[in-house]
Amino acid sequence: MDKKKVHIILDIVAIAALIGFMFWANASFNPYNKRIFNTCCIYAICALSMNMVNGFTGLFSLGQPGFMAIGAYITAIFTVSTADKVSIYKIIPISDFMANLSAPFPVALILGGLVAAVFAFLIGFPVLRLRGDYLAIATLGFSEIIRICITNMQGVTNGPTGINRIPSHINMWVSLLILAVIVIFTLAMMRTTYGRALLAIREDEVAAQAMGVNLFRHKMLAFVLSGFMAGIGGGMLASLVGAIGPDQFKFTVAYEILLMVVLGGQGSVSGSIAGAFIVRIALEKLRFLDEPIPAIGYPGIGGMRMVVFSALLMLVIILWRKGIFGNKELSWDGIGGFFKLIGSRFRRAFGKKEVSE
Amino acid sequence: MAWSDLLQQLCNGLLLGSLFALVAVGYTMVYGILRLINFAHCDIFMMGMYFAFFFVAKDFRLWPLSFVAVIVATAVLGVGLEKVAYCTLRHQNAPKISMLISAIGASYFLENLATVIFTAKPKTFPQIPFFVDMMQIGSVRLQRLAVAVPIITIIFVCILLFLINKTKSGMAMRAISKDLDTAKLMGINVNGTISFTFAIGSAIAAVGAILWGLKYPQISPLVGVMPGLKCFIAAVIGGIGNVKGAVIGGLLLGFIEVMAVAFFPEISAYKDIFSFVLLIGILLFRPNGLVGEKIAEKV
Repeated sequence: MDKKKVHIILDIVAIAALIGFMFWANASFNPYNKRIFNTCCIYAICALSMNMVNGFTGLFSLGQPGFMAIGAYITAIFTVSTADKVSIYKIIPISDFMANLSAPFPVALILGGLVAAVFAFLIGFPVLRLRGDYLAIATLGFSEIIRICITNMQGVTNGPTGINRIPSHINMWVSLLILAVIVIFTLAMMRTTYGRALLAIREDEVAAQAMGVNLFRHKMLAFVLSGFMAGIGGGMLASLVGAIGPDQFKFTVAYEILLMVVLGGQGSVSGSIAGAFIVRIALEKLRFLDEPIPAIGYPGIGGMRMVVFSALLMLVIILWRKGIFGNKELSWDGIGGFFKLIGSRFRRAFGKKEVSE
Repeated sequence: MAWSDLLQQLCNGLLLGSLFALVAVGYTMVYGILRLINFAHCDIFMMGMYFAFFFVAKDFRLWPLSFVAVIVATAVLGVGLEKVAYCTLRHQNAPKISMLISAIGASYFLENLATVIFTAKPKTFPQIPFFVDMMQIGSVRLQRLAVAVPIITIIFVCILLFLINKTKSGMAMRAISKDLDTAKLMGINVNGTISFTFAIGSAIAAVGAILWGLKYPQISPLVGVMPGLKCFIAAVIGGIGNVKGAVIGGLLLGFIEVMAVAFFPEISAYKDIFSFVLLIGILLFRPNGLVGEKIAEKV
């Protein structure tokens, strides 16, 4: 049997296993674990959004929280019922136009993504001419500007109080489905000339330009797509959590997403997803650090898990810069190679002994 | 607007601008030597405030001594940060992006550490009467700070300019900022000089932190972020890598912020936005800042 056929069979087995896992998880997970899974999927989308710019195109953007906020607010405004909206907007009453805006969840979600993409387009014009660390500061600045505007535009966003009573449309199937669509889209796009051009820009901007790649247009493409994905992620987050406020979209969110992308390996879709799952699950499982542990006389310090978490971020960057996947993707050949490598190490370690005896 | 009001606002602008200038100098020094935004500088600044909170005695006795201790402690922290977050990566010949991520990681770590050690509940900075008492000059009523801060800023900037331009370690700094590898070949102790730069930058940040705390007495673990971003912007406006530029940028930003709020009070909620808009504008039309030198991109 040739390699291709084996891979197709393995693919089908893997997808079947995933669907089996989903049925099992849906039946046996408690709501807490289901919520962790949903959060993982949402952050995986946000990580893919950052990976599109930071990993594939080699730019350094920290603007994700702003785009997530836009997506979240659009989704919230369009899905909360008119009566609820009128009662939520207490300080400055909502205008009739805003109150009557309503759309089914999928439409609202995509609309949120599109509006975030439009904002990315507008922001991209000035900032994408910047390089490296300047771009990081400028995008972080824009993300903060968006947050400050949201805090102050009380008639539209209800200011610092935020919007609550957002109906939940997120379950495990929905979040996995959206994640899958975005993953497939990203992988497909990276095989087109556009994707190749992005990689060329990452490797060497000057050489790419010399080969006829329009730098600004391709950077803009990556930035807008990334804005769209972050908007979708933000909208899903709003629907999952049920209540949003400007404080949920602080720049620290960008750091968290950055850790996911770096941990997984910049420029790798599988890496971003793995990074998102590892970080979110670790953040939940590290909660024991905030609770007292009587056995060793540990009093329980609130916020300890964040210290451990950020120390881990530092360690990963300093000791393990390439991350789990480097810039490669998960593939059957890769897995095969990994086991072969372990096998050969194993044989070498034990083979020598036999010779000496 | 009455004449005395304008004078009052000018004094406020000078005060805020001098504070920005002090912290901006720290950013510009590290950038000048390493070509790296020290994302953690704002958290060094924040730690400086907390050090001052704990070092100054309850009855404010011996506060000058406490301030010296604060400056030393912050400088040590800055050098420690450099050794852990940047020095290790420099030895691996890591790309610049990794250094930047490491800086962000260090910033995030310090913020979380401060939240655990000092709790997220805001604390009040010691209000030392020598600085915060009011005084009357003509028709203008001011805190003594408004006079003290610009003077202290001028003194420290002069010391710094002397250090950079007239001493041997200053020459080493300038050499490294031109070309790190060649500087190494010329027998300059690169690691020592970079550590020294961090120590100076952090010490100045500590001075800024003390004065900032006297002016805006509420301190919390995230207190450094907004001043940090603005001071970085001030450094970029002036031309990053250039100490005089940082001072000019800081003063400009301080005046713009104070004046905009004074003339248009209705937009005061959006005052944090001005600096970012200014940053984008400067980067588009004068990417090297107002007094920065043009550096050709090497291919």
